[in-house]
This record gives sequence, C-alpha cells and structure tokens, in this order.
Amino acid sequence: MENIISLENVEFSYPADPDSNEPAKLILKDVSLDIKKGEFVAVLGHNGSGKSTAAKHMNAILVPDKGKVYADGIDTSDENRIFDIRRHVGMVFQNPDNQIVATIVEEDVAFALENMGVEPKEMRQRVDEALKSVGMYEYREHAPHQLSGGQKQRIAIAGIIAMRPDCIVLDEPTAMLDPKGRSEVLKTIRRLNKDYGITIVLITHYMDEAAQADRIVVMDSGKVVMDGVPKDIFSEVELMKSLGLDVPQVTELMYELGKNGFKTDTHIINEEECTEALLKLLK
Amino acid sequence: MLKDITIGQYFPGKSVVHRLDPRFKIIITAVFIVALFCADNFLGLAVSCVFLTVSFLISEIPLRLMMKSLKPIVPIILFTTVLNLFFLDGVTFFKLGFIKITYEGLETSAFMIIRIIALIMGSSLLTYTTSPITLTDAIERLLAPLSKIKLPVHELAMMMTIALRFIPTLIEETDKIMSAQKARGADMESGGLLQRAKALTPILIPLFVSAFRRAEELALAMECRCYHGGEGRTRLKQLKSGAADYFALGISFIFLDMVIFLNIIFG
Repeated sequence: MENIISLENVEFSYPADPDSNEPAKLILKDVSLDIKKGEFVAVLGHNGSGKSTAAKHMNAILVPDKGKVYADGIDTSDENRIFDIRRHVGMVFQNPDNQIVATIVEEDVAFALENMGVEPKEMRQRVDEALKSVGMYEYREHAPHQLSGGQKQRIAIAGIIAMRPDCIVLDEPTAMLDPKGRSEVLKTIRRLNKDYGITIVLITHYMDEAAQADRIVVMDSGKVVMDGVPKDIFSEVELMKSLGLDVPQVTELMYELGKNGFKTDTHIINEEECTEALLKLLK
Repeated sequence: MLKDITIGQYFPGKSVVHRLDPRFKIIITAVFIVALFCADNFLGLAVSCVFLTVSFLISEIPLRLMMKSLKPIVPIILFTTVLNLFFLDGVTFFKLGFIKITYEGLETSAFMIIRIIALIMGSSLLTYTTSPITLTDAIERLLAPLSKIKLPVHELAMMMTIALRFIPTLIEETDKIMSAQKARGADMESGGLLQRAKALTPILIPLFVSAFRRAEELALAMECRCYHGGEGRTRLKQLKSGAADYFALGISFIFLDMVIFLNIIFG
C-alpha cells in the first residue's frame, strides 16, 4: 500500500534559548516512520518523548533540521506547496476552544473552504456533509460557546473534514474532555477511518484509545522504540512500564496472573477476551 | 454570573427591518444621521423623527429597550442642555440673580436634545436589528473598495470576528480565575478604589498569559486550515440585496431631500 506520510531519518531541535548557555536539545533523533493510506495509527509516549513534535512535522508546521518528510508524496520543505500539504493532511489540537475561529458553528466549518476559495454553492454542500459526518448537523446554527467540550472537538474535526483530507493528525484530542466527550470523539474518529477511509494518526495518553488502533507507534526521548499491532505492543508489559507507559487494565491483569504461576496470554487487550480467558482458567 | 452576558445588543426578530441587507441598513442609518445634522429647523427635525418612528414601529423592538439605550447618554444631554440654556445670549425669558435664560437658549436646548436622542435611537435601531457577526460582515464588504488603497479591511474584520468569538470564552475564564483566587483567600470586594484595583492584578495576569497562549494556538490552527489573509477568499454566506433594500434606501433619501428642501424654504 501507498505511504501517505513518511518521515525519513528526521532530526529536529527547537532554537536554543538565547538567554541560557545550554545548547539546543534534540527533540527528534533520527525518526523514521511510514504511515500507509487508510491506516489508524496511535502514537504513544510520555511527556517530552517528541510525539507532538513528530506530529507537527506531518503537515509542515515544523520542517526537519535533517532528514526528509513527505506528506502525500510532497516534500514538506517545499514552501510553495505548503497549502497543498495542509489540505491533504489536516490537524486537530488538544484544546477545542482555541481552534474555533467563527462565532457560528457552520461558519467555522466553512473557514478552511473560505480560505481555499471554494465556490459558495459547493461550500454549502461540503459544510453540510462534514457536519453530518461528525453528527453535529443539528447544531449548525449554534454559537460554539453553547456546546460541550466533546461537541466542540467534533466541530473542530468537521472543520478539517470539510477540506476532504486524506489524513487527519490528532494531537491528544481527548485530553481536555470528560469521559462522555472522549467516547464521542473517539467514535467519530473510528467512523471516519472505517467508513470514509481517512488515514488517522492519533496521538494519545490513553491506552484504551490506542488499543482501538490498527497499529501503535511508541516514542521515547525522540526515537521510535516500538512499532506494531496493539496486541504485540501491549504484551510487552515490562518494556512498556520501563518507558513510563501503562498497558490496558486487562492486559495488566493477565500479566500479573502469569507472574503468579497461571497460564495466561498477555496478548489480550479487551474485556471480552479477558472474560473468556478468565472463564477458561476457572474451569 | 458573568456567563449570561450578551454581546452587543442584538434583539432577535423576524421583522422587515431585521431582514434588510445589513449593508443597506448601515447606509440608511448614515443617511438618517446626515439628515439629522442637515436639519436646521424644527420642521426638518420632525421629518427625520417621522422616519425614525416609522422604522421603529416596523422593527417590533420594544419601547422599553429603546429607552434603555438612552440611559448612558443622559449626562451628555444634561451637559449640553445646561450649556445652551444658561450661556446663550438673546431675548431674556427668565431672570433670577445671575441666572439668565433666553428664548434662544430654550430653543437651541430643545433642538439639541431632540437631535441627540434621535441620533442614539437611530443607531441603536441598527444594532438592535442586526447581529454583531452580520454587522462585521457588512462592514467588511462595504469597506472592501478601501483595500485598494492598502487599508487592511479584511484583517480588521477578522480581528472583530475573533474578538466576538473569544469574549464568552475569556469571560468564562475570568470567572474561573476569580473563583480560584477567592478560594485562596483573595479579597476583591472590600477596600477603597485603589485597593480594589490592586486586587485585580492576580486576575488580570493569568488572564493575559492564557489569552496569549490561546492566540498562539489559534494562529496555528488557522494556518493548518490554509489561512493566508483575505486574498482569494470566498464566503459561505453571501449577502443578498433585493427590491425591499433599494426601496428602503430610496425612502431614506426622500426623507433627506425633504429635510434639505425645508432648510431652503425656511433658511
């Protein structure tokens, strides 16, 4: 399958603080990562692991110091094609309040299209489609501050969907939401991936969210340290813990049971599989 | 407590005045103001007031609301009245000690009061019947030709939109910070004016810091959505002007002409 985003030996550091003598710290050290069309990839890593910085390279907000990044086959260091890249690779941030520009929901969703110079008639159609795809069509004439956090984040996602991107990068989109908002947003993300075939890169703290992805990439101190399907990643309980990360509760339960002499499988990442395994143990 | 604040003074409705093209409404208001200031006799003023009254009746705005809009200008009215009443020379109407009121003073005062009240009511009618967003939109489009002489019209309109969008967010945040500081024993209700002003510092500083952070994130999010200024931008909502708009504009010009005509006759 075709790669939608590929990072090749990317190295990056923020400019050094002129007031201090410390040299600039490398945030990304030799990161290589390919993301295929239609994939749902979760990126895990504790604070300061470089996961957000890596995400910002995916739509040319940041450009690597060394190495290359290709988004939809376009080199992100090519400044003339920056809007091409951003149209194909959309980005959603943590705080929904700080991403909404307009005072009416539908006008905010239209913002990107207005910038792209889409004809009003087509714009109307694309805005309605985008709002329906995140299940917020009934709220199109509301003011953003009347909505809940989860609803606002879905509006922010709709604003990206309206551009009809091939890929959406979400930087901890659920970190500021309550459990209800989180599940709304995650459901939306999964639907966009399954039904619309949009490639998803989800940066998250939450293991249960990552467990729903097709593939997990684990980052630590500016490097990709693990890359694989959720079952394989989470079965490495000790390695995950040493990176300061958790595993889903059910995996941890299996792991602890295994340590105490029971015959278990740490490839279990959801409740149903866990109950089955426990039933088998009890028989 | 701060959350219930409404931005601007828009009074939602479905009247003809509400439905007029906002660009025309702005121009009509301007024509009305010109007429008010052109009028140099009571008859001209009366004609302008007829126009205002008719528009007001069609707009279905409650009178109570209109009166409310006059409240802040009461001091100005009083001030000009006092100036005109006591300091204009002419035929004496009333004299007590050093206080002297002239017929000219009385006439000018009455004239000014009516003119100021009509002015405020007219412009309030515009803001009551047009939502702030529509108003911003209309201003952007009316000023669009000025961008040819390098006036940053689009940028100004964008700033207004963003300000309108963030007012509720920042108010909510102020509320939160105030509660947080109160919980830590900050006292904001007692003391003199200076002390109270000082007590605001622990609220304003976090508010500013967070506003700057928000601005930075918003700029990033806007860039991610291909924002690159007003060049080549299209709009979702198109302003449409119809026969009713031209009709209303025509009427406002007829009234202006009448005022000028009356000026010439009695002038």
